[in-house]
Amino acid sequence: MSQGKVLKVSGPLVVATGMEEANMFDVVHVGEQGLIGEIIEMRGDRASIQVYEETAGIGPGVPVVTTGAPLSVELGPGLIETMYDGIQRPLEEMVKQVGANITRGIKVPALSREKKWTFVPTAQVGDEVEAGDIIGTVQETVIVQQRIMVPYGVKGVIESIEEGDFTVEETVCKVRLADGSIRDLTMMQKWPVRRGRPYKEKLVPEMPLITGQRVIDTMFPIAKGGVAAVPGPFGSGKTVVQHQLAKWADADIVVYIGCGERGNEMTDVLMEFPELNDPRTGESLMKRTVLIANTSDMPVAAREASIYTGITIAEYFRDMGYSVALMADSTSRWAEALREMSGRLEEMPGEEGYPAYLASRLAQFYERAGRTISLGKEGRLGALSAIGAVSPPGGDISEPVSQATLRIVKVFWCLDSQLAYKRHFPAINWLQSYSLYVDRLEKWYEDNVAKDFPVMRLETITLLQEEAELNEIVQLVGVDSLSFEDRLKLEVAKSIREDYLHQNAFHDVDTFTSMNKQYKLLKLILSFYELGKDAIKKGANFGKLSSLEVRESIGRFKYIEEEKIDQSFEALMGEMKAAISDLVSKEAEDDD
Amino acid sequence: MIKEYKTISEVVGPLMLVKDVENVTYDELGEIMLPTGEKRLCKVLEINGNNALVQLFESAAGINLKESTVKFLGHGTQLAVSPDMLGRVFDGMGRPKDGGPEIIAEKMLDINGLPMNPAARDYPSEFIQTGVSAIDGLNTLVRGQKLPIFSASGLPHADLAAQIARQAKVRGSEGNFAVVFAAIGITHEEAEFFASDFRKTGAIDRTVLFMNLANDPAVERIATPRMALTAAEYLAFDLGMHVLVILTDITNYAEALREVSAARKEVPGRRGYPGYLYTDLATMYERAGKKRNQEGSITMIPILTMPEDDKTHPIPDLTGYITEGQIILSRDLYRKGLKPPVDVLPSLSRLKDKGIGKGKTREDHADTMNQLFAAYARGKECLELVTILGEAALTEVDLMYAKFSQAFEKEYVSQGYDTDRTIEQTLDKGWELLKMLPKSELKRIRDEYIEKYLG
Repeated sequence: MSQGKVLKVSGPLVVATGMEEANMFDVVHVGEQGLIGEIIEMRGDRASIQVYEETAGIGPGVPVVTTGAPLSVELGPGLIETMYDGIQRPLEEMVKQVGANITRGIKVPALSREKKWTFVPTAQVGDEVEAGDIIGTVQETVIVQQRIMVPYGVKGVIESIEEGDFTVEETVCKVRLADGSIRDLTMMQKWPVRRGRPYKEKLVPEMPLITGQRVIDTMFPIAKGGVAAVPGPFGSGKTVVQHQLAKWADADIVVYIGCGERGNEMTDVLMEFPELNDPRTGESLMKRTVLIANTSDMPVAAREASIYTGITIAEYFRDMGYSVALMADSTSRWAEALREMSGRLEEMPGEEGYPAYLASRLAQFYERAGRTISLGKEGRLGALSAIGAVSPPGGDISEPVSQATLRIVKVFWCLDSQLAYKRHFPAINWLQSYSLYVDRLEKWYEDNVAKDFPVMRLETITLLQEEAELNEIVQLVGVDSLSFEDRLKLEVAKSIREDYLHQNAFHDVDTFTSMNKQYKLLKLILSFYELGKDAIKKGANFGKLSSLEVRESIGRFKYIEEEKIDQSFEALMGEMKAAISDLVSKEAEDDD
Repeated sequence: MIKEYKTISEVVGPLMLVKDVENVTYDELGEIMLPTGEKRLCKVLEINGNNALVQLFESAAGINLKESTVKFLGHGTQLAVSPDMLGRVFDGMGRPKDGGPEIIAEKMLDINGLPMNPAARDYPSEFIQTGVSAIDGLNTLVRGQKLPIFSASGLPHADLAAQIARQAKVRGSEGNFAVVFAAIGITHEEAEFFASDFRKTGAIDRTVLFMNLANDPAVERIATPRMALTAAEYLAFDLGMHVLVILTDITNYAEALREVSAARKEVPGRRGYPGYLYTDLATMYERAGKKRNQEGSITMIPILTMPEDDKTHPIPDLTGYITEGQIILSRDLYRKGLKPPVDVLPSLSRLKDKGIGKGKTREDHADTMNQLFAAYARGKECLELVTILGEAALTEVDLMYAKFSQAFEKEYVSQGYDTDRTIEQTLDKGWELLKMLPKSELKRIRDEYIEKYLG
């Protein structure tokens, strides 16, 4: 293998000479310790290398060896429940090897080479197989079954296939290729992270990703295979939103990327997820989760890679036919890593020092999400939904990363610091956020939740919009100048905000709301509006109407456990009707 | 044999170019020998073939291109650590400043430290009682947290920080406690305020001070907080102590960083600060924390002054993105005479939820905290309405809220710098104030607690 020499070191950027044999984007090892780096620029025999580890102590003359292969991840059994760094080194293993701090030049394989997995063949000798076909399965955790696929570029007839316990490097299947040669297949395959995994066809999304978060599912839903962005200033609850989605989204697999964020947040996930149970399977949430953690104090170049590492793993599960949800917190830190490398390469900067290719890189990343038909004869349907947090400086989304993101994503959850100050969480602003999937998902909601759900959604948004307009009047002339009908509107809008949109992530019951419960709660609030309007027309007293006791029960409805929902709904509905008609008839009596 | 180079070819601002060097590595520490015999420190910022670009830690005055020599020491910037550091005062580069003897090093540590593996962290959850209601009750501090104070010029952040350092304790675990204090470009007067406060309470014996004062070299400030954190890491993770680190003022640090970046002609990010300011600050702040199965912890209170009281300025902004919350001081409240003038609404402690509740503080803590926040926010809104429309525009309940918010500021927040309230006193104070509102308004508190505590 060709060996070059370091010429220049500037932070994470190393320039080496004598690299004419290396390819662009090859992984290289720098120095005696073998620090991992990647070639990002070639000029003659000079290669510019971004090094994924701290470069202190590296100087001119130090050897650089290329591996001849691009940055790749290992895909196979052992991914689930593991926390990796940005270049797919298992962090738990690193603690065992070197202790609590990350030293340099540690080499740990991403998938354990010792652990044996039980391989159950689903294909038979003599079967014709091609890339993407499933040859067998491995039960990785209680809920996740890995489907072992024929790797890309392989097509032939199965010569032999074995059942039993194997490590990821042992051959489980032999395939005779068209040219007569034999190809050994293992349970592990590798894939370069910067290239999207191929699929047969991309489809448009048509089902929502149910998250159990009322403001999201009802108001601004994201589709399975869709893309969403959550921009917000610090303290507005981006990370809590991301964690809530990772916890409760009805995906088969969750890939969570902590990209340049706090170490304690990843620790929180590691400690909390195993304790929580998935409401659908009843199993621990950790058993469907893969974590990528490249915290802000870890080397900046590996932060750039972490996003790609995460999405490649997500694509792999998508190809198996799973619905995968990927959260990236935060893409702004990734963009900053890009900016830092670009600065060191002395490239001409675009806006705010970010490289000119920022927008296209972001677009490439988000475009790897989608609903697809996988390769292989089966035509499996998979979906990869991507949700990226954005941390705009000063909360001002006119900055380049937010703007480039908004051009691509279809769902925008706008976090509002004013709401956060009032401790209204999730602090998703209902007037500024949007979801472009609403129309496309309407049919699903009609068929699966209730016929009138889309209408109710529209009514809710209209009420909130009208509230904002009415509030402007109130600020000028006071609430007394409004008609009772308008004041009722304000009361109901307040109820929508406080009883519906506000959701306590730390409350055992409130943290997740099923679609059935969402529908019923919203129905209660809107029915109160309909009945109330009617009552006011008939002359009922507004003060008494707005302070009916049943309203407090509606306010506490969100804390009622899922099993008791239907029963409580009927009871409350009855109570409300009785109370309001009582009010109306009393009024009539008073008039007499 | 360490080579001495007489090949200094440029000195520009805090940067110096040394030519024809051999075997010099990135981030290596160098020593400049002046013709007068004076020694100064520098470190390698970039090495390109035979040219080393170095950053001076002290002023360039007196460096003579012909006569001065440089030698590279073969290691990065290091700090000599030992248990004897406690009670001592050092300068910004870690050299004794109190006239005492040199520290006999137990070991030499690289001041950049190593990133902590997130898999090895222990989630902070032990409640620290600071005795300050605005913090304990509403923005609770826990062991291993990094909670900055966002202040502005002319506000009494020093009083608050000193009060926290004096009163902070974890109840039921006494003893092994230490303070590491780093003065970064602050005035002698302010530094002396802290030192005398530590002396007065006797805490000085458990304190390590690093002093880079306003008239000390500005670029030295790049090293000072890292010196302090290296000392803190040694005390916490080698000696098992619970360390409180106070860094003041981060704004001066960021300015020193900007000076070096500008001298290197790097493409600036916002307001001229380098694009890597976030990463750079993170490598300091993230050194706070706790490790699994290990004694000791680092709790960090960085103080920064917001230029123009602007929270969106890059320094507070990026800090807020890294730290686990922030305590914000407000000029309006200061003018109203609140001591401390903590603006509780935009203040936040992200880790409070794990540190409060039954067994840690008291069962009613979370509920009353949410209720106080909501009521205070509503009260302030009502007060604003009053200024526009007059009191007549408010409903009866709104008026109660307005009164509540005024009483809340006066009695709950403004407790003075010498009052040390236990958490029970803080919580009871909250209940006392909530009595001003009708019971039906206390929607965020569970009925059982209302019955038990409202009385």
